[in-house]
Amino acid sequence: MNKVLSKKVLASNVKEIDVYVPRIARVAKPGQFVIVMPDEKGERIPLTLVDWNSFEGWIRLVFLEIGVTTYKLGLKEVGESLYYIVGPLGNPTYVGKFGTVIIVGGGVGIPAAYPIARAFKEVGNYVISIIGARTSKLLIYEDRIREVSNEVHVTTDDGSKGFKGFTSDMLANLLESGLKPDLIWMVGPAPMMKSCSAIAKKYGVKAVASLNPIMVCGMGMCGACRVTVAGRTRFACFEGPEFDADKVDWDELIKRLNMYRKEEQEALNRFRGALASIAMQR
Amino acid sequence: MPKRSPEERIRDFNEVALGYDEQMAVKEASRCIQCPEAPCIKGCPVGINIPKFIKFIRERKFEEAYRVVKEGSPIPAITGRVCPQEKQCEKYCTLAKLGQPIAIGALERFVADWAKERGVHVDLQQIDKRSERVAVIGSGPAGIVFATDLAKLGYDVTVFEALHEAGGVLVYGIPEFRLPKKIVREELAYMKDLGIDIELGIVVGKTVSIHELLEEYHAIFIATGAGHPRMLGVPGENLNYIYTANEFLTRVNLMKAYLFPEYDTPIHRGRRVAVIGGGNTAMDAARAALRLGAEEVYVLYRRTREEMPARREEIDNAEEEGVKFIFLVQPTGFKGDSQGNVSDVLLMKMALGEPDESGRPRPIPTGETTDIQVDVVINAIGFHPNPVIPMTTPEIRTDNRGRIVVDSDGRTSMRRVYAGGDIVVGEGTVIEAMGWGRKAALAVHKDLAIEKKLSIAVHKR
Repeated sequence: MNKVLSKKVLASNVKEIDVYVPRIARVAKPGQFVIVMPDEKGERIPLTLVDWNSFEGWIRLVFLEIGVTTYKLGLKEVGESLYYIVGPLGNPTYVGKFGTVIIVGGGVGIPAAYPIARAFKEVGNYVISIIGARTSKLLIYEDRIREVSNEVHVTTDDGSKGFKGFTSDMLANLLESGLKPDLIWMVGPAPMMKSCSAIAKKYGVKAVASLNPIMVCGMGMCGACRVTVAGRTRFACFEGPEFDADKVDWDELIKRLNMYRKEEQEALNRFRGALASIAMQR
Repeated sequence: MPKRSPEERIRDFNEVALGYDEQMAVKEASRCIQCPEAPCIKGCPVGINIPKFIKFIRERKFEEAYRVVKEGSPIPAITGRVCPQEKQCEKYCTLAKLGQPIAIGALERFVADWAKERGVHVDLQQIDKRSERVAVIGSGPAGIVFATDLAKLGYDVTVFEALHEAGGVLVYGIPEFRLPKKIVREELAYMKDLGIDIELGIVVGKTVSIHELLEEYHAIFIATGAGHPRMLGVPGENLNYIYTANEFLTRVNLMKAYLFPEYDTPIHRGRRVAVIGGGNTAMDAARAALRLGAEEVYVLYRRTREEMPARREEIDNAEEEGVKFIFLVQPTGFKGDSQGNVSDVLLMKMALGEPDESGRPRPIPTGETTDIQVDVVINAIGFHPNPVIPMTTPEIRTDNRGRIVVDSDGRTSMRRVYAGGDIVVGEGTVIEAMGWGRKAALAVHKDLAIEKKLSIAVHKR
């Protein structure tokens, strides 16, 4: 149980692992997430379900190595087990037949957008995906997104691939050119979602955002994931993770995401030091 | 009971109370007058035969005393530490009327620790296994008693726990300095000895539904507790470093943030900390904040010391350690700096009015305001029942406060589904939840026996 079945490096510091957890694969739905702990001393972190196979019993996770927990996850080799996984948590995406749906995925959010685009396409929507990264080398999951979209627009901040600019610029261009989608669904860095939400609002299109706040329990007990939506405090873990994008207090979410920057850096430096000294001894 | 000095204990998370030695225990036990009506037992939700175990202590038959205690409470090292004995057994002690009741909790803890130190185990009786399978949702106090009671009767028991460690509030809520986690683990090992299967990382309602469980199990006991924090509903409550007590305590206790960075989970160590609320959770949070290095810790409570729901002992402990109390204030909002970090708690001064439905005087706003500067706030105003099962299983009837509705034996509105502990009462104590576990176990035992008889009768026809 919790065994890593396969592992791929998608880009620098971005890894994809398939983990054997039949009980989660059995009931997973698009838009849900899991909480994982790499080892006994680890932190509990949420990761969106990117794919799963109920028959073979695995779930697929993609993560950017950015802190101690994600580095530890990245060090897990095929055949090794994660200490703990719980899920599927959160409410599944409401996948209705809307007509034209724009899916926006940014950075490591692109893989999280994949099952959503697939689900929307499966029920007969016309799916337009906008995916973006800082640079072409960090652009992941493009092929998978193409498989499940009717149209794909690629953006990079530096113009090394596709349109030069942000996903939000591309979204604005499409809407400005007269496209009238029935729904915009987004996942990615909070500042990206904030911009996309403002654009959607400007053009009067309903937009849903999948939020990524800090979580501890993931099941409504701690409130680490509190967000303000339409002026009310909501727990993203069990009332979300998706909310109407224009009702989210984005500035608050962005500030809350930065709450442990100092501690995260301290822990990472210490972890890197420990790894370096192990490497030296060898 | 002897305690470590405040100056020493606030520097670490080690246990504060030291417990009796043999001599002290025998001396205390000798004060018991062994009154024939034993009112103390009536005050114990799990019905420990208190005079009997105290008599054994007096005779220095500690092992026998341990066996008596263990019959009533499967986790005596825990109940001996966290039960509010002054409101239960000790309250009814005949000696209480004459002055000082017997320190029953301290004696219970003594025999449990004595047995542990010597590796004394209760021999597990050979029991005939029954074919019926029973599922327990939640591994906290109610679930523990329910599971152990039915396992002792021979049922095949599986406990489902959502977190990565069993114990519920005993591991995520109550801090190390009041209840060492090593003791919790040792006490829970008894469940394994009884053959109980504990499955971690399963959220019933998400990973598996109640309906699916009913296909595999003859009965289900819901003991998911009240762990959903109540919010204040005032402006600024989501500023950085405003924690719910549950998040703060979960980070510190379950995730061991006090050992960061050896453990990976961080916690913001505040210099000036405000804790809102007057219950045991507020005391736990305040004392944990002190141990994390806070210079000032304020407990803000809207009534006065007399109305505080926390145990007297815990209030005294907090005060000895330097926690300051500000009474008759209610937060009306929070201010933050440009990074979104909390900087001030805005307070309304309150006065006491006529008694409300809880029987305590109602706090009334005076119109006068004040504020205090802080860098961490912990909201400990209370909890709602955990929402996942009621949300995902509408067939189970709940009241307007989200509590599962049960009859006096713990039966819910869904056949073969029982519930007990905080998911039913809202916010109770560890021992009250254990009492529910016992009651529901009996009901399940009875109901399954009747069902078996009926089904045999049907088959005969």
